[in-house]
Formats: sequence, C-alpha cells, structure tokens
Amino acid sequence: MTTGNERIRVLLAKVGLDGHDRGVKVVARCLRDAGMEVVYTGLHRTPEEVVTTAVQEDVDVLGISLLSGTHMSAFPNILKLLENEGADDIIVVGGGVISEQDSQALKEQGVAAILSQDTPPEQIVDTIRQLVERRGPR
Amino acid sequence: MNDFTKNGSQATLLLDEISRKSLDTQVSNWENREVAAFVARQPESRADYRTESGFGLKRTYSALDAAETPLEDIGLPGQYPYTRGPYPTMYRGRNWTMRQIAGFGTGADTNQRFKYLISQGQTGLSTDFDMPTLMGYDSDHPMSRDEVGREGVAVDTLDDMEALFEGIDLENISVSMTINPSAWILFAMYIALAQKRGYELNKLSGTIQNDILKEYIAQKEWIYPIRPSVRIVRDTIAYSARHLRRYNPVNISGYHISEAGANAVQEVAFTMANTITYVEEVVKGGMSVDEFAPRLSHYFVAQADFFEEIAKFRAARRVYAKIMKERFGATRPEAMRLRFHSQTAAATLTRAQYKVNLIRTTLQALAAVLGGCQSLHTNGMDEAFAIPTEEAMKLALRTQQVIADETNVTATVDPLGGSYLVENLTSRMEQEIFAVLEKVEQLGGTVKAIEDGWFQQEIADTAYNYAIRKADGERPVIGVNKYVEDEDEMDIETHPYDPETERRQLAGLEKTRQERDNPQVERLLQKLREFAADESQNLMPITIELVHARASMGEIVETLRELWGSYRETPVI
Repeated sequence: MTTGNERIRVLLAKVGLDGHDRGVKVVARCLRDAGMEVVYTGLHRTPEEVVTTAVQEDVDVLGISLLSGTHMSAFPNILKLLENEGADDIIVVGGGVISEQDSQALKEQGVAAILSQDTPPEQIVDTIRQLVERRGPR
Repeated sequence: MNDFTKNGSQATLLLDEISRKSLDTQVSNWENREVAAFVARQPESRADYRTESGFGLKRTYSALDAAETPLEDIGLPGQYPYTRGPYPTMYRGRNWTMRQIAGFGTGADTNQRFKYLISQGQTGLSTDFDMPTLMGYDSDHPMSRDEVGREGVAVDTLDDMEALFEGIDLENISVSMTINPSAWILFAMYIALAQKRGYELNKLSGTIQNDILKEYIAQKEWIYPIRPSVRIVRDTIAYSARHLRRYNPVNISGYHISEAGANAVQEVAFTMANTITYVEEVVKGGMSVDEFAPRLSHYFVAQADFFEEIAKFRAARRVYAKIMKERFGATRPEAMRLRFHSQTAAATLTRAQYKVNLIRTTLQALAAVLGGCQSLHTNGMDEAFAIPTEEAMKLALRTQQVIADETNVTATVDPLGGSYLVENLTSRMEQEIFAVLEKVEQLGGTVKAIEDGWFQQEIADTAYNYAIRKADGERPVIGVNKYVEDEDEMDIETHPYDPETERRQLAGLEKTRQERDNPQVERLLQKLREFAADESQNLMPITIELVHARASMGEIVETLRELWGSYRETPVI
C-alpha cells in the first residue's frame, strides 16, 4: 500500500520490563521531524501486544527498544508472531544494549537493522528510509 | 511563595563597596587592554561558552562574581547551610564508602561477588535486583520470562535473602538496596533476616532506594498508582525512624532523572520536589521533621561537566538545608544536612574505544569526591555492552582507591570552596533550582505535575536537545563523533548469563511454597488487605510477619494490586 510518496509509518515499542525510554523517545522525535508517522506504545509491552498493534496500525516499520538483555528471545518471538499474522513484510529494527555478536545473529534471523546508543539520528532516519524503499510498497 | 530563598538581612559580603569598585575597574581595564589585544591576534575557539545546563561561562571569574553570595551561605563544613560539606572533617575523619553495586543470578551467585568485592577492599555493599524483583513479580510470573537473574539478583522469598547475605556480618557492613515499588517488601525481608540472626535492629546500617516519585518521572519502575505508593514510602520512613536508628529508609535520587536526559539543574530541582512531597506526607502522618529527616538520604549522578557537577553537589546541600529549616522548621542539624551517594554517569559510557570509559569514570568520580559525596559507585568500563565483569569492577574500585590514597585531594575539606567560579556557579544553580521548585508549586505540586507529564516532557526535551548537539558534533564524545577509529571486532569479554539461572530460581521458589504453612500465609494476606484499606495503618509490621511466613514478594504485591490497581503511564515524546 505504501508508495514512495506516502509517509512512512513506524511503530516504536518497549518490550519487557525495562523502563529505559530515553533512546526510544529521541528516535521517535527524530523520525517525526523527518516526516514519518510515528506511534509509540509506551513501556512494558508483551510481544503479542506489540505485534497486534503493528498489524492494526498497518505500519511499514516496527522498532523495538530493549535494554534488558532479553533480545535473543524477544526478537525471534516477535518475528514469529508477525509471520503467524501474515505480516512478515513489516520491517523489524531493534535498538538497545546489544552486542556485535548478538546483532549479527539477530540479523541472520530477520531483524533488518540494529541501532545502538551511538548511532546518529540522521543515520537512523536514512536506514529506515532505505529499508522501506528496498522492500517496496506493502 | 518562595520566601525561603530570600537571604537574611544580616548578610556579610566578600567585598565592601570600595573594594568592589576598585576590582570592577581592574577587570574592565583587563578586558579592554590585555584581553582585547590578545583576542585580536588569536581568536577564541568559540563565541559562547556554556555548562551542560546552559549557564554562560565567562573568560575568568574574580572576587566580584563571588561577592553577590552572602558569606553565611558559603559557611564552613558541618555548618548550616552545609554548602561546604555535611561534616566538619569530611574525609579526614572517614573516607567515603566505596560501594560498588552487584547483582546477578540467584542469591548464592551474588553472594560470591559480594565476598569477592569485600576481599578487594570494598567498604559497603550495594545490591542490584533483576527486573521482575524490581517490578514486584515473582520469578514464575509470565512477565518474568527470560528476565530472571539476568540484570540483577532474583529475590522471591526470605530464603533468597538469606542466601544473598550468607556469611556476611550485617551489623558491621552497610548494605544498600536499589529497589523501589517493591522496596518495602525487601526492607521487610532484610529486617526479618536480621531478626532471625538475633541482630539488634538499631545496629543495622544501610539504605533502600524506595524513591517511588522519581520512578514515575524517570526510571519507570512502578506497580500501583501514585498516591498509595507514596503512602507505602511514608510507612517505611515512619517505621524506620522508630525501629532502625541508623538505617536510611529512602534514597531520594536524581541519578535516574539525569540518566533519562535531565541536566544538572533539573536533576536537583526535581529531586527536591520529590523530597518536599515525602516530607509533607510523613509530617501529615504526625511525625516531626526532626524525628525522621536525619535519615533521609540522597543520590546524585556525577556527570562529565566537571565544575558544574561540583557546584551542583554544593548547591544541593544548600538548597536542602534551606528547605528543611525555612519551609519545614527543622531545628536539629541532622535534619538539615544533606548526605548523598554518587554514581558516575552510565549514559556517558561508549562502546567505541571502550577503554576510554575508565578515564571518563575517573574524572566523574573526582568531581563527586571534590563535591563531598558520602559514598560512591564507579561504573565498569564494559557497561555499554552488558553488566560488568569482575575485572571491570575491580578496576572501577581501584579508581576510587587511587583517588583516596594517591592524589591527596582528601586532605582538605571542600578544596574548591572559595573558587570564584565554583562559588558563582553554586549560587546561580541554587537560584535556578528554587525557580524550578516555584514552577512546580504553580503547576499544583509534584504529584499533579507527574500526572500531567510535566517532568517527563522536560526531561525528554533536554534529552532530545543533547542527542542533536551530539549528532552535530557540538558536544564532542571521544571515539564517537571525534577521533573516531575503525573497529572491526571488539576484543571484549562480557559478563555471561547462566541459562540455568531461571530453572534454579523457580525450583527454589517451588520448594519454599511447599514447605511453608500455606493457611498461615493466607490468613496474613487477608490481614494485609485490611491494613492496606485503612490509610492510618503502617504496612511494615504485617509485611514483616508475611515474609517470616515465607510469603513471596509477588503474592504480597498482587494482593494489594487487587485493592489499588496498576499504574499506567500516558507516554510523552
């Protein structure tokens, strides 16, 4: 449904119990400033809640912020739930304290990009634009 | 409204009128001659110099800049308003407590790390709990999946608490516990453990963080809505004042406010807004400030902006003293002098060239010491990757030991007292903090401002502003936006998570539930319900009974959730 001329729709979500929301809020604002439509779920969501919202909101990108160290189980779980919903064309990106090694493993499993606390806002915006462009319309 | 900010009429100033005029002429002449000629040959690197909080910084400071501050506001160490330190001799009498936080796996796992840190010369303990414990969930709750013992130690029942402190003499070491919405239960377990060991409660020293208001503002660990949560804090403060003379039942924290993005002024101002709310609540319950305020403790970050941070610690002491004396009518010195723990700033740690984090941490720790902290945690250099390894923690501890034993900075109390810059910044910061507190009052007080998302929005704005300055390179971060190196593979070993932790913890919880007197637990939970419904009751005694009976944290939490419901935040961006 999305064409190059439409606004990119992004759902940002915090999964699990950790309350670190500084990064996700900065990202939300940067994406919004770049002209994207951004929905932020707030804290302490389950993978099920997040996937349901992503499908309902018909987003292009699902960004998961997670600083609790549970990324190696949370991301595969979310990818599987999206697949079950027939929504595996939603691009999943992640952010948080995630090691290089874990990042590689998650990318192999289907997470499109992992962003860290040092990734500049401009690069985050570019990454998301390129990923949506490469995928093409939903 | 803010009459406590006004200076007394008897103020003594550093300069008399004649000296002031003479110095003023001298400074103007210097600007017009030496400075003008020099800048014409060699321009300065920037047009505008500022601290992280946005205070303008002049080229240099003279006695003129400190002369606005009454000498009574500066005072001497151990004297009201305690700008120069809470005690007259500070580190000459007793060094700050070196308190490295630790926690992972089960109680037995963390117990090993505690013993290691003590063997390396650490003088206090500090406990990090896992996310389920912090949020009040038992390890077998669905929300706890994959989080048990991962980022801290898992504690469900008194059995876990016993394992955590096995073989450690709690009458002779102070123990801090970083825990908030579920703090009163951990506090009850600590008391129950002490009772079982036959300790005298008045001999226990330590701290529970127990600062729920900053959770809604910044750290975002909560269970219940705001008002019943503040009542629990009131209960712990009142109980502790009567039964544990040396224990700090609350550690009112700016650290997390800063780490969430706030600047130094916001950190202290928001923390003081929370302090005022707790004090009002306990006073309303019928206690005098002189009775409980001596055990209120505080916690501030040590950030990168060196002199601003030192001024911040000094300003915090002055502001607190004035609030306690002028607003709440405290008369005992102990009820007016601010004591604080400090931790270096975790959000300043970088993954790129991570060993540089050691240097960042060292400078931040030095600011905390020059600012007069009572205890200190220095971060591990590997914490931008995972919780720290034993080696990283040892180096962090050694950093404090070098400052304490090799630099000689501890020999003189408040060595930067009288620095024109530091005194000027301290006073400007004090004024700004009081201005923010007045704003909070205009907004209807702390609780209302939280409900309206005001603090949260202020913090998000500052965090965004910082991110943009960092991206523009205006705020240099070595290795990230300046002196960047290509790093292919990080040669770093991180703390491993033992995948067996969850299974071991769940087995222990199951065993406790089987072996205890379940009808007794049920009876006590019913009693808890009744006490909770009556606001005049203190929840501590019944909670202590419950943990003795091996009720789990989750059972206690869920019982009250039925009564009070859950807090749900409306997020602001």
